Amino acid sequence: MSLSAIFETASAADTWVQASYMLAALLFILGIKRLARVRTAQSGNQIAAVAMLLAICVTVWHLWGEVFDLKVLVGGLALGGVIGLLLAKRVQMTSMPELVALFNGLGGVASLLVAWAEIERARSEMPEGAASLSSQEGVLFAVAAVLSVLIGAVTFSGSFIAFLKLAGKLWKSRIGPLGNKPLNVLLLLGAVYAAGMVGFAASGGSADIQTWVYVLLGLTLVLGVGLVVPIGGADMPVVISLLNSYSGLAASATGFVLQNELLIVAGSLVGASGLILTQIMCKAMNRSLANVLFGGIDAGSSDGDSEYKGVKSTSGADVAMILESAQSVIIVPGYGMAVAQAQHKVQELAGVLEADGIEVRYAIHPVAGRMPGHMNVLLAEANVPYEQLFELDQINSDFKNTDVVIIIGANDVCNPVAYEEGSAIAGMPVLDVWDARTVVVVKRSLSAGYAGIKNPLFERDNTLMFFADGKEAVEETISEYQDL
Amino acid sequence: MMLAQAGGGDFLLVGLWILVLAIFVGFELITKVPPTLHTPLMSGANAISGITIVGAISCAVADYPELGKVLGFLAITLATVNVVGGFVVTDRMLGMFASKGSKKKDS
Repeated sequence: MSLSAIFETASAADTWVQASYMLAALLFILGIKRLARVRTAQSGNQIAAVAMLLAICVTVWHLWGEVFDLKVLVGGLALGGVIGLLLAKRVQMTSMPELVALFNGLGGVASLLVAWAEIERARSEMPEGAASLSSQEGVLFAVAAVLSVLIGAVTFSGSFIAFLKLAGKLWKSRIGPLGNKPLNVLLLLGAVYAAGMVGFAASGGSADIQTWVYVLLGLTLVLGVGLVVPIGGADMPVVISLLNSYSGLAASATGFVLQNELLIVAGSLVGASGLILTQIMCKAMNRSLANVLFGGIDAGSSDGDSEYKGVKSTSGADVAMILESAQSVIIVPGYGMAVAQAQHKVQELAGVLEADGIEVRYAIHPVAGRMPGHMNVLLAEANVPYEQLFELDQINSDFKNTDVVIIIGANDVCNPVAYEEGSAIAGMPVLDVWDARTVVVVKRSLSAGYAGIKNPLFERDNTLMFFADGKEAVEETISEYQDL
Repeated sequence: MMLAQAGGGDFLLVGLWILVLAIFVGFELITKVPPTLHTPLMSGANAISGITIVGAISCAVADYPELGKVLGFLAITLATVNVVGGFVVTDRMLGMFASKGSKKKDS
């Protein structure tokens, strides 16, 4: 199709709308580009927000000529805006993973609802018994609509389960029969069949489209629950990234339903972003995506007994003395730091040590926490300069020249078992903390991490276990250190 | 939306072109994001996926069937939560990164 043909068929208003959408798409790309650097990231996010505002305003303006139902439009925008603002302003940084999961689910369900509304509209316009959508366009519409419903529904219910798990409100790996792998396969097959029936009905087949839409919705919502329920806390960074990707793909599919290029562009960008993060997270655990989604770690394989021998426990006073004679300290934060809300105390300790000329750095494992970059956000909240944060491959060779390593609420990411072939986490890149002169592990008990395996680090000669809540342990250490 | 007027088959092709290119651009851009920014990237991307709000708005047109309008209202509300909440919380997070950077310069 040539450009002139486009302009001949389009009114002037359409051209303006199209130009604005193109500008919005460019601004989204520019915004994401700027998100790649700390100094420009905030403006990048703002540019993306402006692009969104532009897209919304242009759409409203374009449709103004038609009879608008203002209750629906203004009511929805106002209600959603207030709720969104409240959630965003009130959330604690430690709860970011839950909030992102929640927003993900909302994006998914919105795409689903739009596609569903479009199916309703198409159905209402279809003459009784006639095959009005039998054209090529109809088939495209039907395929895109069922894809949008399918991805949107899985994103919605999957994100909701992820939200419950991240908020600590759901620990089970089964809800009734849900979470069972063969059942998931059956649900998926059923959903594909229902999707096929919707498509068949939409393109003029003799099936009741509304019934099949309901069947499709039901099956895919249950499928989302079944897919996410069996996945444990340590794998949440992968799941949340993947759901992020799905919410984008759902928007893209809706773009095909509405034949709107902007939705396709923005949705694809988000889809790509989620996929890359998923890949990074999987690599950080040396597991394939299929293994995370369908496998689950086999805890029994290398565990045997979880009895620990020769564990040395320590106290704040001891740790303070060890720190006093140290020159370099590396802090390894994990999910436990988030749970204990210890990030501010950790930063305070680092400040006290630095004031005495001790070098303090942080080693961040890619899957520490419950979402990609989780630790970085918490430490940023506590005003830790990002120059002090080091990634695994940047800092791993430095542990042998380090006096003290303090591990706060991390476990599996510094388990030497990863170097043993045949262990449950074999091949997972870990922080070689045991190379340091002294390792202090702040942990409430000797319980296993999410991988469910024993950590021989706790038995090492140079390891001291500080059995306490992360925040209290750090507090105690600071006061003992200052009393020295 | 207007490319559609030339027919669905054409839009499918154009749409797929856009899809493939946009995914490629996305890959190129996002592999450059450092791990420090992964959480803000995710919540920012999340807000962008709320673009579906554009579709939701078109459901508020009065000639939609009643069920369509109810669905449209829900879609607009939820997408707005996603968009507003997502951008605001990302801004809050990045504000913490930014203030820290400038403090470093001062000291």
